[in-house]
Amino acid sequence: METPLTEHIRPGHPSPDLAAYQKLGGYQALRRALTEMTPTEVIEAVKDSNLRGRGGAGFPAGLKWSLVPSGDDAPRQRYLVCNADEMEPGTFKDRYLIEGNPHQLLEGIMLAAYAIKADTAYIFLRAEYTCSERTLREAIAELFAENLLGDNILGSNYNLNIHLHTSAGRYICGEETALLNALEGKRAVPRAKPPFPPQVGLWGQPTIVQNVETLCCVPHIINHGADWFKGLSKTNNSGTKIYGVSGRVKRPGLWELPLGTTLREIIEEHAGGMLDGYKFRGVIPGGASTDFLVEEHLDLPLDYETVAAAGSRLGTGTMIVLDDRTCPIAMVHNLETFFARESCGWCTPCRDGLPWIEKTLSAIEEGRGVASDIDLLHQHSRMLGPGRTFCAFAPGAVEPLQSALKYFADDFEQHISEKRCPYKHLQS
Amino acid sequence: MATITIDGKSYQADASQNLLQTALQLGFDLPYFCWHPAMGSVGACRQCAVRQFRDDDDTTGMIVMACMVPVSDGLRISIDDPEAKEFRKGVVEWLMTNHPHDCAVCDEGGECHLQDMTVMAGHSKRRYRFQKRTHRNQYLGPFINHEMNRCIQCYRCVRFYKDYAGGRDLDVFSSRNRVYFGRHEEGVLENPFSGNLVEVCPTGVFTDKPFKAQPTRKWDLSTAASICPHCSLGCNTIVGERYGKFRRVLNRYHHDLNGYFLCDRGRFGSAFVNSDKRSRQPQWRENGQTVSLDKQTITDLLATEILDGKKVIGIGSPRASMEANYALRTLVGEDAFFNGLSENDAAISKQIISIYQHTHIASLRDAAESDAVFVLGEDLTNTAPRLALALRQAVRNTPLEDADKLKIPRWHARAVADVIQHRHGPLHLASIAATQLDDIATSRHLAAPADLARIGFAIAHELDSDAPAVANLTSEQAAYAKQVAHDLRQAKRPLVVAGSSLGSVALVQAAGQITKALKQNEARISLIVAEANTLGVALLGDKSISSAIQEKADTIIVLENNIFRRSTDHLINRMLKSANCVITIDHLENATTQQAHASLPAATFTEASGTSINNEGRAQRSFQVVLASDPVQASWRWLRDLMVAANKQQTGAWETLDDVLASLVTEFPKLAKLSEVAPNSKWRQSSQKVARASRRSGGRTAILATVHEPKPPSDPDAPLSFTMEGNPASSSTALNNRYWSPGWNSVQALNQYQQEIGGPLRGGDPGICLFEKKRRQQRVVY
Repeated sequence: METPLTEHIRPGHPSPDLAAYQKLGGYQALRRALTEMTPTEVIEAVKDSNLRGRGGAGFPAGLKWSLVPSGDDAPRQRYLVCNADEMEPGTFKDRYLIEGNPHQLLEGIMLAAYAIKADTAYIFLRAEYTCSERTLREAIAELFAENLLGDNILGSNYNLNIHLHTSAGRYICGEETALLNALEGKRAVPRAKPPFPPQVGLWGQPTIVQNVETLCCVPHIINHGADWFKGLSKTNNSGTKIYGVSGRVKRPGLWELPLGTTLREIIEEHAGGMLDGYKFRGVIPGGASTDFLVEEHLDLPLDYETVAAAGSRLGTGTMIVLDDRTCPIAMVHNLETFFARESCGWCTPCRDGLPWIEKTLSAIEEGRGVASDIDLLHQHSRMLGPGRTFCAFAPGAVEPLQSALKYFADDFEQHISEKRCPYKHLQS
Repeated sequence: MATITIDGKSYQADASQNLLQTALQLGFDLPYFCWHPAMGSVGACRQCAVRQFRDDDDTTGMIVMACMVPVSDGLRISIDDPEAKEFRKGVVEWLMTNHPHDCAVCDEGGECHLQDMTVMAGHSKRRYRFQKRTHRNQYLGPFINHEMNRCIQCYRCVRFYKDYAGGRDLDVFSSRNRVYFGRHEEGVLENPFSGNLVEVCPTGVFTDKPFKAQPTRKWDLSTAASICPHCSLGCNTIVGERYGKFRRVLNRYHHDLNGYFLCDRGRFGSAFVNSDKRSRQPQWRENGQTVSLDKQTITDLLATEILDGKKVIGIGSPRASMEANYALRTLVGEDAFFNGLSENDAAISKQIISIYQHTHIASLRDAAESDAVFVLGEDLTNTAPRLALALRQAVRNTPLEDADKLKIPRWHARAVADVIQHRHGPLHLASIAATQLDDIATSRHLAAPADLARIGFAIAHELDSDAPAVANLTSEQAAYAKQVAHDLRQAKRPLVVAGSSLGSVALVQAAGQITKALKQNEARISLIVAEANTLGVALLGDKSISSAIQEKADTIIVLENNIFRRSTDHLINRMLKSANCVITIDHLENATTQQAHASLPAATFTEASGTSINNEGRAQRSFQVVLASDPVQASWRWLRDLMVAANKQQTGAWETLDDVLASLVTEFPKLAKLSEVAPNSKWRQSSQKVARASRRSGGRTAILATVHEPKPPSDPDAPLSFTMEGNPASSSTALNNRYWSPGWNSVQALNQYQQEIGGPLRGGDPGICLFEKKRRQQRVVY
């Protein structure tokens, strides 16, 4: 089983420096692209590979890059932005990639920037990732020292600058247009779409925003070709995926596995199954903003389409497992508290709907729920759905709620009728 | 045009608009908060949800926000859709979770957009059972009251204050359901357009503080159409009265002038009419003694001072109405009438009138639509604030073309802002000192007035070699002239702005030369004068105060003018002292009234109707709303009384404003249109007068209207009643004194008064331009 992204990552050991990375074959893809390939050919290669965004939405990367206007009258200033604002609860895959092998990401950024003919790239890094910041700063300095960044890279006439920007710390900055506003020094509020960033992005210029994991795939696609990349996956999705598990399992962690690995394999084999005395109850498969999957879904291959067909989303592929001794309402309440707190405050349903959800869940959990609360929560999960809010934040925020209402309906009823949380005594 | 289907019925709609604006224009009651006709759509409040269907076969459709949907041919939507209705109701329910439930004591109550939208969306029962989020309020200065708990986070305040008006000291802070709209710390709002927050805010967060000092419901106000007296632009206002006192000024929409917004001087600058320092009795000074006399006594006394044989001169006023100035001119005769302007102002006004014979004159809307601007000498924020606000919009026009190229509609404010970022089109400022437009200026050139004029002539020469060259320019001046000329030449709709504030005729001449040198059909000029009727009084007579000083007069009548502002103290004192009798007619004490033998108390603009001519030569009528308390009366009535007492006019010749105007237009055929500016006093709306008082008057006000009260006062000058008897002014925009339509109690009811939203008023915008005007196709300005 090939694990191109994590092959050279050795947790607990320093990440490969520039020399070590190059010894391992690093920057070969960049050399190849700059000397043998036109930017369009790089885009075509990524298009052919069927690489999809690993940040959660799964939009085809090559297609996105091809939306950057080309031609003589196209704006000359473009930007490549690496979204490293990893704030999804339960998700820590990008940090692993950055701190484990920073040059892999930087090479990916350089290839993507070359493909869209950008001479400036930004890495928008989560505020709390101070280790990642140090790692990246050192790696970028190494590149400048070796003339792998700056003007006339490798004698190709291609110029590129990479700036590292550390976020001030809001979940919404992970939304690509809120990220762009934050990068411009404005309030981190999402932008209206259309126009999409490839057309009107950072400072009004064509911009590609791409997740860390996605960019890390690019050097390997250039090195080994689209067919190889497609072959990495178990289903018709391409490549590998960093899957992660947290919750009451024996070995929580991250694994690079073929896209389309089943939930059961990930939880039972890689994560070692549930802790003794705990039973599997459900899982949110792709970070906090995805719908619960339950027992019946365990044998589904985790790829974009299959998870969507099961009523959830692959999201970031890093899951949180719910066990039988944890109150699902408390879990959802915890998530909704996070979402209510992280709402940017721009649109009404999100700003004022999520706190209502949070307070209602809190009341139910504390035994103050009333029968009509269930309808209220159903109504909210419907009214905070796609299209009704300004961005995808609130629709994501209600995904765990709406699926909890479906799969754990009895728990809600019991809390309300018994006026207490039946899990309380199981906690100690 | 596009054909769209709303709930199964077909409508014609403008494909350049968004669906919300279209639906409102078609008369649908679709609730909204964050959209504003002058500021476009941002999709924040999610209140205007409708269901959109892909095509005829699509029965499911999807919920969309009407404000974000471009109108296109074949668009199919449903406003009545149950889910869309449920959602709209839900949005109000969310907004109300934290909103105080105290409409009865809220200052906005009765003219609150949130109240209207709550009723419209159907939310009536509170389900939210948790604590409300509360905020601290801030002191924002003497004009704006702040009550943040009422905030529904529509973001309109910051969009107006920061994005539209260029303010820097109001912002949105914090996030989630704690977003806070205010200053970084308490303090007076600095932007000179802050008062618009009162009308922009859909609820009671920002309210009119002076108005709040004596709280009055909208429906307890009597209102009349008025013209702002505070600068020469002639912005249209609605002035409100209760219990005989002036209460507040609201914006009165005029498509070509002020649009939706006023400046703070216009909105808050009229409290003087209620001042204790007003002159309310005729006064006679003799031997150091001042006595108050009654109207008859003083009139008879003064009649002897103006009898035939006495040399009587009259000094008019740029702040008095055409009628008042004409009455004075009639009393003293053409030769003895002086326009009351300083020598410079008179010369500049004459120059302006001559320039207006052959150039296109810019209205405020033209200014906002121009795409390159050169301001020569004026500090507009001080001399014509509303024009400064228009120029803030003008600098967006060039970068807006980039949004056009990307096919982003101009109403799509969020996307447009992302495209244009902080870029500005050309705005060149040549002035004597820093101005408040410097932050958006392409270039700033500081010089003395004479040098500014030279620069102006140099630019004209750059544009057209037939214009005379300017000798001895420094290389810096020459380069600057080239740069400005280049930008003006490149523009489609260049605008040149100058005015009288520096007292330089040459500056105005230079501006005229530049405009003449510009070859574009849409090249325009905007010339600013000092006061509301400066051009008007200049049209009635061109002799300035300096000529008056040369005269040796027995009696001097000074009409609404502190003439110490027009010349040196020494010369004015000498003139006043040399006369046997100085008569002043004014509403406030000033240096001139203190030197008068007789001062007659004049009505202010709130107490007397009259016509004035703004800086573009647009004649407009302002209507009285407060009943002047005897013996205070309109200046022209004092002058008439003096003429009658001195047997210079027959009793009854001038009973009404119409009579004065009739004489005026007979004598000045060029001003014939003045009598058509607004309906005369005989005009009726569906056989009734137009009611100043609202039909929905509350109990306390209605008490005054009961039948056993004395006969209500009547207004001989205007087709307006002082009571609630009468009709709304539906067929004359010049008389329109309130915005109201069923379900729309706030100023947002204005939507129902326009031909198209943001476009001209139904029935045409009031006022008549006395000089040539070439109109372009109507367009909504964002």
